[in-house]
Amino acid sequence: MSLLELENASRLQHGVWIAAAALLAVLILAPWWADDSDLRSIAEFAYLVAIAQMWNLLAGYGGLISVGQQVFIGIGGYTLLILSLDAGISPFLCIPVAGVVSALFAVPIAAVVFRLQGPYFAIGTWVVADVFRLALDNVPAIGGGSGKSLTSALMSIPGWQREATTYWIALGLGVGLTIGVYLILRSRLGLAMTAVRDSVPASESLGVRVGRTKLLIYVASALGLGMAGALIYLTKLRVSPDAAFSMDWTVLMIFIVVIGGIGTVEGPIVGTAVFFFLRAMLADFGPWYLVILGSVAVVVMLKARRGIWGWVAGRFNFHVFPTRRRIRVNSLRSGFAEMPPSPRYLTE
Amino acid sequence: MSLCSVRRLSVGYGDFKVLFDIDLDIDEGQAMAMIGANGAGKTTLLRAITGLLKAPDDSIKFAGRPIAGTPPHAIVALGVAMVPEGRCLFPSLSVEENLLVGAHAKRRGPWTLQRVYDLFPALLQRRRAPVELLSGGQQQMVAIGRALMSNPRLLLCDEVSLGLAPIVIKSIYCAFPAILAEGTTILVVEQDIGRAIAMADTVTCLQEGKVTLAGPPKQFSRADITAAYFGR
Amino acid sequence: MSLFAVVDPVMQGLLLGGMYALFAIGLSLSFGIMRMVNIAHGDIIVLAAYVTLVVVETLAVNPFVAMIVVVPSLAAFGYVLQRVLLNPVLGDDILPPLLVTFGLSVIIQNLLLAVFSADPMGIHADAVQTASIGLGGGLAVGVLPLIIFASAVAVVAGLELLFAFTGLGRAFRATSDNQTVAQLMGIDNRHLYAVATALALAISAIAGSFLALRTTFVPTLGPSKLLVAFEAIIVGGMGSLWGTLAGAMLLGVAQSIGFRYNSGSGILAGHFVFLAILLVRPQGLFARARRS
Repeated sequence: MSLLELENASRLQHGVWIAAAALLAVLILAPWWADDSDLRSIAEFAYLVAIAQMWNLLAGYGGLISVGQQVFIGIGGYTLLILSLDAGISPFLCIPVAGVVSALFAVPIAAVVFRLQGPYFAIGTWVVADVFRLALDNVPAIGGGSGKSLTSALMSIPGWQREATTYWIALGLGVGLTIGVYLILRSRLGLAMTAVRDSVPASESLGVRVGRTKLLIYVASALGLGMAGALIYLTKLRVSPDAAFSMDWTVLMIFIVVIGGIGTVEGPIVGTAVFFFLRAMLADFGPWYLVILGSVAVVVMLKARRGIWGWVAGRFNFHVFPTRRRIRVNSLRSGFAEMPPSPRYLTE
Repeated sequence: MSLCSVRRLSVGYGDFKVLFDIDLDIDEGQAMAMIGANGAGKTTLLRAITGLLKAPDDSIKFAGRPIAGTPPHAIVALGVAMVPEGRCLFPSLSVEENLLVGAHAKRRGPWTLQRVYDLFPALLQRRRAPVELLSGGQQQMVAIGRALMSNPRLLLCDEVSLGLAPIVIKSIYCAFPAILAEGTTILVVEQDIGRAIAMADTVTCLQEGKVTLAGPPKQFSRADITAAYFGR
Repeated sequence: MSLFAVVDPVMQGLLLGGMYALFAIGLSLSFGIMRMVNIAHGDIIVLAAYVTLVVVETLAVNPFVAMIVVVPSLAAFGYVLQRVLLNPVLGDDILPPLLVTFGLSVIIQNLLLAVFSADPMGIHADAVQTASIGLGGGLAVGVLPLIIFASAVAVVAGLELLFAFTGLGRAFRATSDNQTVAQLMGIDNRHLYAVATALALAISAIAGSFLALRTTFVPTLGPSKLLVAFEAIIVGGMGSLWGTLAGAMLLGVAQSIGFRYNSGSGILAGHFVFLAILLVRPQGLFARARRS
C-alpha cells in the first residue's frame, strides 16, 4: 500500500449513484406511468438542468462569464425550424444537427467576443445574441418577428410517440450533458480549464494553451445549448426571435447555477429543484416571482458564494461527482488527510 | 518611548504562516533598520502594521492605541506612511499629483509640497512630468516625498535602495537626517547590512519569520549579525 | 439622392449620440475606477425615467425641475448600493459583481413591471418636447435633442475637469491605477467607490430624465440601453470620455441611417458598427495610449 493514493469515490457516493441509476430507470419508464403534464414537467426539469450545466461549464469551470448564451438556444431552435419545416428532416434528428450547427456558429462568434476581456466579454456576448434576434426579425421567410409554428412538421407523428420521444430526448440531454460535463472535468481538458480559470499566466507557464482551451469550452457549451434549444422548441411548438433569443434563458441558467452552486456538477440539479419549488410557491405573484428569485440569487452571491451544493459539499465533505482529485494519505492509523484545492473565488 | 509596539504577532497568507510571535518596539524619533534575507517576513510585517494584512487584535499598538483591524486609510490618518517596495507610483498622475495624493489624509505638519521640493530639488523641475519619464532614483524620491506629504509620525520604507546605483542610493539616504530632524520616526527595510548599520539607531533582524536580533548596532559584532541574518 | 436625405439622418444621428453618451458615461466611470461592469446600468436609467415620471406627476412640476429631485435621489441610491451590495463582492474575481448586478437588473425590471405594468408610459408636459429650429432646406433640429447633446458635452467636460484638477479626481485616478497603494495614501476605497457609483448614477439619472422626455418607455427597456452604452465605450475606446462621446455619435449616425433604410434595422446597424470596430480596431477609435 503506498502512502499517497488518489482517492476517487467513497462508499456513500456509490450508494448515491445506485439510487440515481434506479431513479433514472423509473424516469425512463415515465411515458407509461405519468400523465402528460407530469411528463412535460420532468422534461422541463431535464432541459433546465442541461442548459444550466452548459452555463456552469462555461462560467463555473471555464471562467468565461457570458450573459449571451441564449444565442445558442435560439440557433438551436431555428435550426429545428428550418430543417424540419423546409428540408423535411425528422424533428428528432434535427436535435443533434442543431448542436453541430450551434457549435459551428460558436467558432466565428468566439473570434469576435474573445477580443473582449473579463466583464466586457459578458456584455459582448449579449450584443451578439441581440444581433441574431434583430436579424431574424427581418427575415420574413422564416416568420420574421412573429415567428413560425412547428406543428405542420410534427403532424405526421402519432401523439404518444411524439410526446414520449421528446421526453426521452429531454431526459437524455439532462442526464447526458451532466455526465458529459463531469467527464470533461475529469479529463485533461478539465484540468487545463481549472488552471486557466484560476490563473491565466500560471497556466500558460505550465504549457496550457489558454486560447485553445477557452475556445474548446465555448464550443462545447454551444453544442449542448444548441441541442437543448432545438429540444426546447420541439416542446414549445413555436419559434420566434424574441422568445428564442430571449435573455430569459440566460436568466434561468444563471439563477439556477448560482443558487444551486457554481463550479459543482451537482449545483445545476439542486438549483433546478429550488427553481421549480420557488416557481410553484410564487406562481400567483406575477413579476414579484422574478423579483424574489433575483433577490435569492443576490443574497446567495453575497452570503453563500458557493451556493447550496457548495455549502453542503463544504459542510459534509460529500461529492456525488468528485471532480477534484483528492489525495489520500495512508497511514497505520488509516486516518486520511485531504488537500482540497480551493478556487480563488471560493476562498475569498 | 515606544511609538509602535508589536507583541506576539503571527500572521500569514491563508494557511501559510510568515511571521511567528514577533515582538518589536520602534522608539519615537529614532531610525530603525530592519534586515533579513528574502522571504524573512520583512514586507509582511510592514503590511501588517499598515493594515493591508489583517493582524490579530492587540498585536500592534501605535501611539498607545491598538490598530490591528483598522483599515489602511485610517492608519495613515493616525500617522503611519509607507514607501512601498518597487515605489508603486501612480502612472497616470504627474510627479506633483503623486505628491498631492500623498496628502489625501490632510494631516497637519511640517511637510508641504515646497518642503519636499527643498528636500529633493531634482523633482521641482520635473513636477509636471509623468512619473514614468523619471529616473529610478527620482521615482524613489517621489515615493518618499509622497509618503512625507501625509506628515507621518512613523515612516516605513521598504527596500528603498532596490535596483538603484550606489551613488543614487547615497543621495536618497542623505534625506533621512532631515526627515528625522522633523521628529519623524523611520523604519527602513534594507538588504545591505553595512548601509543599515551606518544609518540606524537600532537594528532588527528577521529570519524565517522570527526576530533573531534587536538592539543598537554597536552591541553586535559583525559575526553576530551574520549569524542572525543567515542562521547558524 | 437629395442632400436632405444624407444630411438629415447624419444630423439627427449625431444628436442622438448625445443621448447615448449620457447612457454610456456612468458605465464607463464604474469600469474606469473600479473595473466593475454594472449589468443593471440600463435598468437604473429606466428606473430614473420612471422616478422622473412620478415626480413630475406628484409634484406637478416641469421635468427639468424634477431633475433637481431625481438626480440627488439616484446619487444617494448609488452610494448605498455600492456600500451595501457591491463593495462586499468587489475583488480579483469578476464573477460576483457581475452576478450581483445581473440579479439587480432582473429585480429592477420586474419591480417596475409590478408597479407600473408593461404599458408604455411617457411624460407630456413640456413644449420643449416638440419645439424645433428650422435650418432651411427642410432641415430642422429638435430643441430637446440639442439640449440633450449640450448636456452630454457639459457632463464630459465637467468630468474631465474633475479628474484633472480636484483632489477627488486625483483620488479616482490613483485608485484606478492601484487601489492597494491608494489605500496607503489614506484613501478610503470603500467610500471612494461609493462616491464613484453615486456619480455614475447621478449621470444615469440625467440620462433617464431625458429618456423620459424624449420617448415613451417600458420597464424592459434597460438591457437595450446597457448594450448601446457598452457599444459606445468600446467603439470610442476605453478610458477616454471624449472617445465615448464620439463613439456614441458614430453609433447614433449608424442607427439613424439604418433606420431610414429599413425601420427594423436601426439598432442592428449600430450593432454592426460595433462588431466591425471590434474586429478591425479592438482598442476602439480613440483609445488613450496606456503607458504601463
